[in-house]
Parts: sequence; C-alpha cells; structure tokens
Amino acid sequence: MITAERKPLEELVECIRPYQRILLLGCNECVTVCAAGGRKEVALLASALKMAYAKEDKTLDIHEITLERQCDPEYVEELAPHIDKADAIMSMACGCGVQEVARRYQQMPVFPAVNTKFMGASEHQGVWAERCQGCGDCLLGLTGGVCPIARCSKRLMNGPCGGSSGGKCEISPDVDCVWQLIWDRLKALGMEDQYEKIMPAKDWRTGRGGGPRKIIREDLTE
Amino acid sequence: MKTDSTLEKVLESGNLAVTSECGPPRGALPEKIKEKAEMLRGYVDAVNVTDNQTAMVRMSSFAACVFIKQMGMSPILQMVTRDRNRLAMQADILGAYSHGIDTMLCLSGDHPHFGDHPTAINVHDIDSIQFVDMVRNMRDEGKFQGGADILNPPKMFIGAAANPFADPFELRVARLAKKAAAGVDFIQTQCIYNLDKFEKWMEGVRERGLHKKVHILAGITPMKTVGMARYMKNKVPGMDVPDEIVARMGSVPKEKMADEGIAICVETIERLKSVEGVSGFHIMAIEWEQKVPEIVEKAGLYPRPEI
Amino acid sequence: MNEFEPVIVAFCCHYCAYTAADTAGSDRISYPPNVTIVRVPCAGKVDAIHLMKAFEKGADGVYVAGCLSGDCHFKNGNTRAARRIAYVKQLLGEIGIEDERLEMFQMSAGMGDRFAQVAAEMTDKVRSLGPSPLKNAVAAARKAVA
Repeated sequence: MITAERKPLEELVECIRPYQRILLLGCNECVTVCAAGGRKEVALLASALKMAYAKEDKTLDIHEITLERQCDPEYVEELAPHIDKADAIMSMACGCGVQEVARRYQQMPVFPAVNTKFMGASEHQGVWAERCQGCGDCLLGLTGGVCPIARCSKRLMNGPCGGSSGGKCEISPDVDCVWQLIWDRLKALGMEDQYEKIMPAKDWRTGRGGGPRKIIREDLTE
Repeated sequence: MKTDSTLEKVLESGNLAVTSECGPPRGALPEKIKEKAEMLRGYVDAVNVTDNQTAMVRMSSFAACVFIKQMGMSPILQMVTRDRNRLAMQADILGAYSHGIDTMLCLSGDHPHFGDHPTAINVHDIDSIQFVDMVRNMRDEGKFQGGADILNPPKMFIGAAANPFADPFELRVARLAKKAAAGVDFIQTQCIYNLDKFEKWMEGVRERGLHKKVHILAGITPMKTVGMARYMKNKVPGMDVPDEIVARMGSVPKEKMADEGIAICVETIERLKSVEGVSGFHIMAIEWEQKVPEIVEKAGLYPRPEI
Repeated sequence: MNEFEPVIVAFCCHYCAYTAADTAGSDRISYPPNVTIVRVPCAGKVDAIHLMKAFEKGADGVYVAGCLSGDCHFKNGNTRAARRIAYVKQLLGEIGIEDERLEMFQMSAGMGDRFAQVAAEMTDKVRSLGPSPLKNAVAAARKAVA
C-alpha cells in the first residue's frame, strides 16, 4: 500500500489558522491500513485540532468525512453537497487523493494532513517498510523477489557495495543490506548463477526520470 | 598495452606497483593538493585523487588531477556514481583524458548520510560495475553509453575497488569476477590488517584465475595511534582490524605509536609480497602523506622503476 | 481563595478496577468525589478517541485502570490500553496539554485500598497542575448552549 504519516500537529494548526470552518477528509484505503488517515485518525485529528484551538480560547468548526477512496473522481464527487460547510479542506489521504480533491474543488484551499511516504508492505503489526519505487520495469524475477532499487540505499543493481556488514547497510544497523537478502534468496532457490550475470545500466525512462507517467487502457476508456 | 598509463606500464613490466592517495582540500586551494602530491614524487607510480570522499564536498578529483598532471606526476581520477549521472561522467572522462589523465577508478561512493550534505539526492544513475563496463566500451568500442561514436575515444586504464572484508564474504570473489567480466584492469583493495582473511580471499581469486585477468594492488594504511586502531575497528563499516593489531598499538607508549604503526605497515607489505596474485600496493596515508616515502623505502620498494 | 476542584474521569475495567472500586466501597475506604467512574468491559475497549473526547469535553485529568500484568480477563487488553495511553500522551504533548493529566494504573479486584489510593493521587496531582488549558473554551461552549 501507499504509506503515510500524519504531519506534526503544530504544522497543521498553522495551515488552518486563517480558517474557522474545516472539512477534514479521511480515506478508507491505504491510509486506513497504515493507521494514518482513516476514519479513526480523522476523529482523533479533529479532536486534537479542536483542543488546540480551545487552548487559545478559539472554536473550530470541523466536519469529518471519510471517503472510500480519494483517488477516484466518483468518490470525490460525493463531497459536493458538503463543500459549502467549510472554508478549507484538510485531507488525510495520500498525495494522490489530496490532488484529486483539489482538482475537483478548485475554489477551496486544500491542505495535506499527512506526509505520503512510500509504497510498502507490512512487516508485522504496526511496522511498514518500503518495498517498491515504481521504476516501471520490474526485475524481481532476477533477484529472488527482493528489490534492490527500492531497498538498496545506493540503488545498486550489481551489489553489494563494500559497506555491507553483518547483513546490514552501512548507513544504519536498522537497515538490512538488501544484497545480503537477495543472495540468501538466490541460494535458497538454487539460483546462485544469477548473481554473476551483470545487470546492465537501467533505462530510467520507465520510471519517474522519463517524466510524469500515465497508463491508458483503451478497452476501458469511455 | 591498452593505454599510455604509467601504472599500466609498471604493472605489465612485472614490477610491483606502488600507488598512493591525496585528498583534495575543502576549498579552492591548489597549493594544498600540490604540496601533498610533491611529498609523493618519486615514491609512487601513480596518485589517486579521491572524489568527495565520505560524501564531504572537496575540490573535484578532476581539477586536482589536472594540477598533479601539470606537476609531471601520474594522477588516478577517482569517480563515484553517487554524485553524477552517466552524461556528466562521460563528459568528465572526456575532459580528464583531454588533460592527459589516463587512469581512473570507478566507484559507487559513500552514502550522503556520512557527509556534510545529507539532504542531497543520491544519484546512482549507474552502479560501479555498469560504470566499468561503460568506460571499457568508451575505450575499446569508441562509443558513448547511448550508442553514438566518440570522436577520439579516451584510452583509460580502468580501476575499481574491492573489499575482501565486507560481508557477505562468500560473495567477495564473485564480485571481483563481475568487475573483471565488466572489463576492469586493476583493483585497489580496502586496507588490509587481517592478513589471514585477505589470503583466504586471494585463494578464491586465484582459483578462478582472476589474478591473471586483473592486477590487484593491496591496500595499506598506517595506524597513527591506538585510538585510530580502535576507531577503525569499531566505527568504520567494511573494515576488519584484528584485536592483535589494536593490542600491539596499545602496547607501546604514546610517543612510539606512530613508529609502531609504520612498522606494522612495512611488515604487512613484506608478507603480502609473497602472496601470489598481489601486483602491488596502494598506500593510503590519510592526512599523513609525509610518511609514505618512509614506508616505501623501508618496504624495499624504492627507487621506483624507470619505465 | 478560589479552590479548584479537578474533574477526573476514570475508565475502569469491569473485572478488576471496577470491582476494586466496589471493594473500596464495601470496605468503607473513601476516595475523592472528583473521580467519575466509567465502567468498560476491558481496559482494551478504551480507544484513543474516548480519552481525547474526555479532555475535549472538559476533564482536567483522565485515567484508565485495568488488570495487573498477566491477569487481563481478555488476555492482553491491558497491554493494548497501555500502548494507546502512550500514544495519546504524545498527542496531548503536541497540542500543548501536560501529558501527566493522562495515566494508566493496574490493580486486582480485591485491591480496594489501591483503587482509593490511585484516585487520591491522581486527584492531587491534577489539582496541582491546575485546570485543563481548555477550561475557558469549554465553559464558553456550555454558556453558548445554555
């Protein structure tokens, strides 16, 4: 899923300072799963913002709405009847959702309540880790199902570097050396020969380097 | 001979080669690099110039190499993939070669986390092995990485680094094999204190005949103090300093530590001379360049052969 | 002199803390009237939002009382509650409210004296911290409704 983390409260209070009526939007998908911007988190943030205002003897009018997704125009449309209840929108969705809401409701200032982080998976409850950088040309079949582009600090496609130590990356003992993981997987799969094949220089055009990307499915467009 | 590189000439002649290293200054101070290089004149065959080492900005390796070339010495251009994309790298290689710099080292580079610009993006458009392959193609096929022809291709003698002490150990020979397959001509290893481990790595290297495809220069760094020994043992990733070395450094009084460090250095070189496949030595005396002549002399490697 | 009497909300789990309150009662051990008890089936039933709403509506102090370690009737409701309290303390800190206004306590069903002791300690502590920083706004909101 796409993971995110709530911005510090101080920053959010500053954003909405000029406004008295806020629409606080949650999203029922990724940010719910990583406990950053779902219905519960919307309730908590609304309470926290009201308390922050109350501390300065001010009141804040907040409407809490959680949409199924904010990255599909059909769901974003559901906000239309509620728009005039507020002077500004704060969205707890990932960057994709925030932008879709901003696009549809052009007359409303829209503020992100979370910092969108990475595409990742849950390692265990409460812990999410980066897994994919959307390079657009997936090579997981060659690396035993472990991605060096997302998980190697230096994006090495022919790693490890000389800083790998005890299975950990040179930048921190909390970061696994992904090339150690790849090598362990290749061994377990009996695919050791794969290691010495030189992976050629990557074509970054399939990734962000080629410019903002789009997928068009002719069979699905109306 | 693939190039006009002095280092290649020495290595091909069968003599043990000696290289050393200069770190450029943290400012626009050409005198600093000239002073350091001058200390090495006559004692080494070629001089590495590091490239934003430990991710701290310094005068570019390219510029510093130009000064060293102008002094009549032979510079080795170090280039990391951390700071440049493939366009900038190829451009700098053409520029360096046009200044008569014909030997280079292709590296990944330390992570920005360690340096003075941790907020910078980590480029790594290509990695060190793809980099070796790219430079080899520039030299041998006369083509840019993008496929077009190069007008007067650079004839670079291509080096890379190897670290027999990093993990996982079982991959360290395979990684050298990959660099050899990519076209590397010479290797400089991480500094050696654990001779047993190094010899074990060399066994693996010889088993695959890699010592015949690639010239291996053993890395040597003299210890100044017992504090330095402990620091390198505990705080530097990929460094293997056995307890005996730390103990030995700690067993002498403070004023004798530097000499003990040099002694260990020279003994290491002597032992490595007899290891089959070692083609020479890369002496890294960081901020202690003035000791290199002494080490070279005591190790019986002076004078340098006239090629 | 303006005597400030704190309003304390205590979420007490049915199996241990609430029963301890009962025990205090039947043993005639008194505890401050400042404490209002909210009975829950388990400390783990208390969610972060309940704690936040208690403060939002004007509580000066809030605590959750659950079973002793290893004794939770629902296995680990008390440990979950402890983690949530830690999370809300952090949130209170971000808002600028003293995090000592929120605490977690553990006791067994028979510990009537412990229940009373906790109630008194928390009341005293919050009394010395003073009224909740939200007091004025809460009062103004009440006036507006009245």
